[in-house]
Amino acid sequence: MDDERTPQDSEVSDRLTELLEIDRPIPPEPGLPEPVRSLEPAALAQAPAAAVSGAVHQNRVHDSAEKHVTGRADYTDDIAQPEGTLHAYLGVSKIARARLKGLDLDAVRRAPGVVDVLTAADVPGINDVSPTGRNDDPVFPTDEIEFHGQPLFAVVAETRDAARRAALLAVVDCEPLPFALDPVSARKADYPYVAPPLKLERGEVDPALSAAPRRLAGSIRIGGQDHMYLEGQIAFAIPGEDDEMVVHCSTQHPSEAQHMVAQVLGVPSNAVTVNVRRMGGGFGGKESQMNLFCAVAAIAARRTGRPVKIRPDRDQDMTATGKRHDFVVDYTVGFDESGRIQAVEADFAARCGFSSDLSGPVTDRALFHADNAYFYPHVRLRSHPMKTNTVSNTAFRGFGGPQGVVFAERMIEEIAYATGQDPLDVRKANFYGGAGRDLTPYHQSVEDNILDRLVGELEEKADYRRRRAQIVAANAGSTIVKRGIALTPVKFGISFTATWYNQAGALIHVYNDGSIHLNHGGTEMGQGLNTKVAQVVADAFQVDFERIKITKTTTEKVPNTSATAASSGSDLNGMAALDAVEQIKARLVTFATETYGVAAEDVAFLPNAVRIGAETMSFDAFVKEAYKARIQLSAAGFYKTPKIHWDRDKGMGRPFYYYSYGAACSEVSIDTLTGEYRVERTDILHDVGRSLNPALDKGQVEGAFVQGMGWLTTEELWWDDKGALRTHAPSTYKIPLASDRPRVFNVDLADWSENRELTIKRSKAVGEPPFMLGISVFEALSMAVASVADYRKCPRLDAPATPERVLMAVSRLKTKA
Amino acid sequence: MTQGSEIRFVLNGRDVAVPDVAADRTLLDFLRLDRRLTGTKEGCAEGDCGACTVLVGRLTADGLAYAPVNACIRFLASVHGCHVVTVEHLSGRDGKLHPVQQALVDHHGSQCGFCTPGFVMALYALWMEVPEPSEAQVETALQGNLCRCTGYSPIVRAAVAISRYGSPAADPIRLEREAITARLAALRSGHRIVTGPEDNRSILPADIDDFAVCLQDHPGATIVAGATDVGLWVTKFLRPISPAIFVGHLDALKSITIEDGLVRIGAGASYSDVWARLMGHFPHLDAYWSRIAGWQVRNMGTIGGNIANGSPIGDTPPVLIALKAEVTLREGDRRRTMPLEDFFVAYGKQDRAPAEFVEEITVPLPRTGQIDAAYKISKRREEDISSVAAGISVTVLDGRITDCRIAFGGMAGTPKRARAAEAVLNGGSWSQATFDEAAGVLDQDFQPLSDWRASADYRMLVAGNLLRRFFLEHDGERAAPAGKVAA
Repeated sequence: MDDERTPQDSEVSDRLTELLEIDRPIPPEPGLPEPVRSLEPAALAQAPAAAVSGAVHQNRVHDSAEKHVTGRADYTDDIAQPEGTLHAYLGVSKIARARLKGLDLDAVRRAPGVVDVLTAADVPGINDVSPTGRNDDPVFPTDEIEFHGQPLFAVVAETRDAARRAALLAVVDCEPLPFALDPVSARKADYPYVAPPLKLERGEVDPALSAAPRRLAGSIRIGGQDHMYLEGQIAFAIPGEDDEMVVHCSTQHPSEAQHMVAQVLGVPSNAVTVNVRRMGGGFGGKESQMNLFCAVAAIAARRTGRPVKIRPDRDQDMTATGKRHDFVVDYTVGFDESGRIQAVEADFAARCGFSSDLSGPVTDRALFHADNAYFYPHVRLRSHPMKTNTVSNTAFRGFGGPQGVVFAERMIEEIAYATGQDPLDVRKANFYGGAGRDLTPYHQSVEDNILDRLVGELEEKADYRRRRAQIVAANAGSTIVKRGIALTPVKFGISFTATWYNQAGALIHVYNDGSIHLNHGGTEMGQGLNTKVAQVVADAFQVDFERIKITKTTTEKVPNTSATAASSGSDLNGMAALDAVEQIKARLVTFATETYGVAAEDVAFLPNAVRIGAETMSFDAFVKEAYKARIQLSAAGFYKTPKIHWDRDKGMGRPFYYYSYGAACSEVSIDTLTGEYRVERTDILHDVGRSLNPALDKGQVEGAFVQGMGWLTTEELWWDDKGALRTHAPSTYKIPLASDRPRVFNVDLADWSENRELTIKRSKAVGEPPFMLGISVFEALSMAVASVADYRKCPRLDAPATPERVLMAVSRLKTKA
Repeated sequence: MTQGSEIRFVLNGRDVAVPDVAADRTLLDFLRLDRRLTGTKEGCAEGDCGACTVLVGRLTADGLAYAPVNACIRFLASVHGCHVVTVEHLSGRDGKLHPVQQALVDHHGSQCGFCTPGFVMALYALWMEVPEPSEAQVETALQGNLCRCTGYSPIVRAAVAISRYGSPAADPIRLEREAITARLAALRSGHRIVTGPEDNRSILPADIDDFAVCLQDHPGATIVAGATDVGLWVTKFLRPISPAIFVGHLDALKSITIEDGLVRIGAGASYSDVWARLMGHFPHLDAYWSRIAGWQVRNMGTIGGNIANGSPIGDTPPVLIALKAEVTLREGDRRRTMPLEDFFVAYGKQDRAPAEFVEEITVPLPRTGQIDAAYKISKRREEDISSVAAGISVTVLDGRITDCRIAFGGMAGTPKRARAAEAVLNGGSWSQATFDEAAGVLDQDFQPLSDWRASADYRMLVAGNLLRRFFLEHDGERAAPAGKVAA
């Protein structure tokens, strides 16, 4: 089905193909104006600017940067509140699992300032906000409490403070039930899967494992991660006439929030508008998790007829909303003496939490990336999306992929220590490439692999071999401080594996003064999506960036959008916006040819001007003329990713349009008395194709690396034996600080790379792939630990490698040595 | 006595008088909700992320001094007589960006932008003090600011470049210094201020003697100095703190003096005050101090508060106990002094009567031959609460250890001396073997707990290793004055 293309599709694709093929060269130095196109002298009569500002492939600061630094950028909590605004707050469970017998909310209702209290019985529509329609994610539970911190009811009061205080006064009548917090105990307790598991299989795994000259089995625990977006969850609902509801919120997925609000209110989607100007960080944590807050605010607003805002405090935000899944991976790998992998079998058990949320696709993606950059001749991978009595885990940058990659890199390490090789040599020996070595476990061919070149260049740039030898020598002479170095690659598949998500829309108006209004279905969470899409529009119209007004994302302008997720924002929305521009331009060209009697080839969009035959007029004047001639100056653009298809039951297809690549080399030092460590140096070479905006892309790479490093080092989620998450605020949950970034940090984009597929201006996605560069730090720590036993044993560090885990691993190896 | 009932301060350019200020009203809520100065953000409401950073200027003995603080846990009543500067004050009326802001824009220092105003304010404070900071100085200044997007590199690059965009000498805060000083001086009435509703009362004593009186009138009142702990009682636990006696404005509590070999630290002296004044005398504390909280919290938090709240993991008690510190408590005009370790009775229980307050901490200057060390172990190196903290002090004469004092935090319900280990070391030879033996008896002193910061096993292992580290670091240097050795 996915292979079928309607005539309309191919038309769109052909048009875009044409546009993309006329792409221009990247300027030699980012930030410099592009070379002037060759023009006939006559065309320059009105001396248009040599080039427009903010075109593609140029550095351009974030469009909101000035507002960020002055504090004038409005986040949802900064929107001026209409008079009469009320505030909601969640009352939550203090028990991990129980049969819910009753809620005594009298004291809550009587508390000062309280206007209303909401329970499951007060949901006018369907009591479910499950993003995948599995009907397992109630706004409030009715029969069973399923995790410590689960929202049970909401209080609506005159002030947020009053609502918070009142929420503590509930008496919950419940009967405790046995609970399981992690995937291992859940499997022991025979807990169900929250979503259907996935199996990826290719080749003859069992015979190949038996026949392998070497074989080893192991297990790794990979911890979860809190998003720690600086702006927490927030929704602000304003009731309108009839059944209308406007919700301002901080979500990556306005359409889903819209549909969920409609569902809980029992109204059609056309009654609900969801607006997002910007988020103070998302990272996946605001893909589905805002549904609950939007639903509560909207129900409260409907009942009270007043605007209602809900904003949990940081502790509640961290305990009541989902995180990155932690995994336990059990694996067996067969390989030969040279370290080349022959067969792999692995089981991925994930802590999914009480409901499915996005756990199905997340655990799927863990398997999709369990190969990372390596060819497995025979492979069997299974996911186990375990139900647990914890908050329902959700999307987080990489979406399960990073856990898969950590597993792959652990296997490489195991083989390296077992065969006494430099892990980099084991990596290279197993890269995709060479005859018959390009098929992934999901039967997609890797056709665009650039890792040989990319890793080779980084190896040189980072002086890896010499430094590694120096480190090994230095470690031999150092008793307390040990060093480690690792160079790890990343290959990351780009596209939503839910194929239907790979679509986007945009709406562009050109007003008759020549100013341009840009709207698209993507959301801005800091990644610079709006800036990049505006660059595409500026470039296509050949107008200055400043002429384009970037507006809030709203379901009123672009319907049925996908989440801004899976690194797809620029790929999808950039294309949709380009489609809209080209529709308008086509009309303008037709207008010019008909009005001025020139051929279409004689109409050209020059910087802020249009050349029609021998004459050139300003863009503004031309637009005004077109307006007077009653030309439609508005268009809705659309795009859907070609070529992709996926048959989940068979575990076969082409789920990814293309791959992004990167590699990082990190050096660390550890203190073997305390386990404390420092990242001494990191070198990165990352592939973003032909960057739409190198400065923003580099910012994504640097930020993702540090976030990935944090995941694997100091960011630890810790539940107590009652099932309460005790690391629930930045006081207890430690993300990297400025001083934690590598002491030397060299980040480069692979400027020679260009997407082989026809993506927007041949760029590649950048949001998620560089997150996995942080694995180089984890592996370097592992090497430093291994040094205490002369690199003969794989330290088998679990993640996160806190100072405690490092010291305990040192202690373990020393004892065994 | 004459009383005031309004909290008066200068907010950006305006004089502000706020009547009826509840004890638990935070500065952040006042700014955002009452004044709609929404540039200042709430990220965590516990002083750990810095998104709410504002500058508070205060008249000190050395003149008007500005410091970045966390508005989220700073109480409104505590800014009486101060100049509060928010991000809205920075860009000029013509809309021109401030040098700090322009540097951040040009270096791509913001992504989602939510933390950015807080970074702007912290970097502004740094630039005013150190116009050309090193990367290390920038990192220290930013320990209290979290960014989840950028990975910090562009922010640090911007921070070291700010002076290319302008000079602090031309900054409005510098230019208006005299005028603001005069306006603040005019706000100092010398009166006690009592404000807020009956059940949510804020009391600002006129001076330290008045403080003693207020506390006798309201025994058991919440004493609020830096509010870095009490702030969380309110924002996290919604605990009532009324009546609250605010003491952050009492200069007499902030004095730090050295006479006759004795350092006297007023209980209200902040971590920053101590860092600025005493590291020359206690060089071993320098690196330790840099790991206590972030800049904003170091500007607010006080040594007296850190002791008085009785936390088992407070950063200063272990190192102060090792240094033979004593604490002075005062009730009315009556004072009593005790060894600091005796102040901590049991978990959550200190030897302080309801009308008593911690007035002063005294620490003898190190004697010749004394070797001191301070260690802090935490999951994240900086701005984290210790898993284990240790203060160690020994004197070595002719290869023998004497006067050994070792105190640990994070190992028991209170900061506690390692008496068994001390007994092994006292009189022992300066050798690896002695320290190994001392490490081996730590289980007689401590049975630590497992929690989210560390397991009991790790705590025990690290505690012993810190004794070993102490030996290794100082072996070969015994003859020299105690100095720093890189770990």
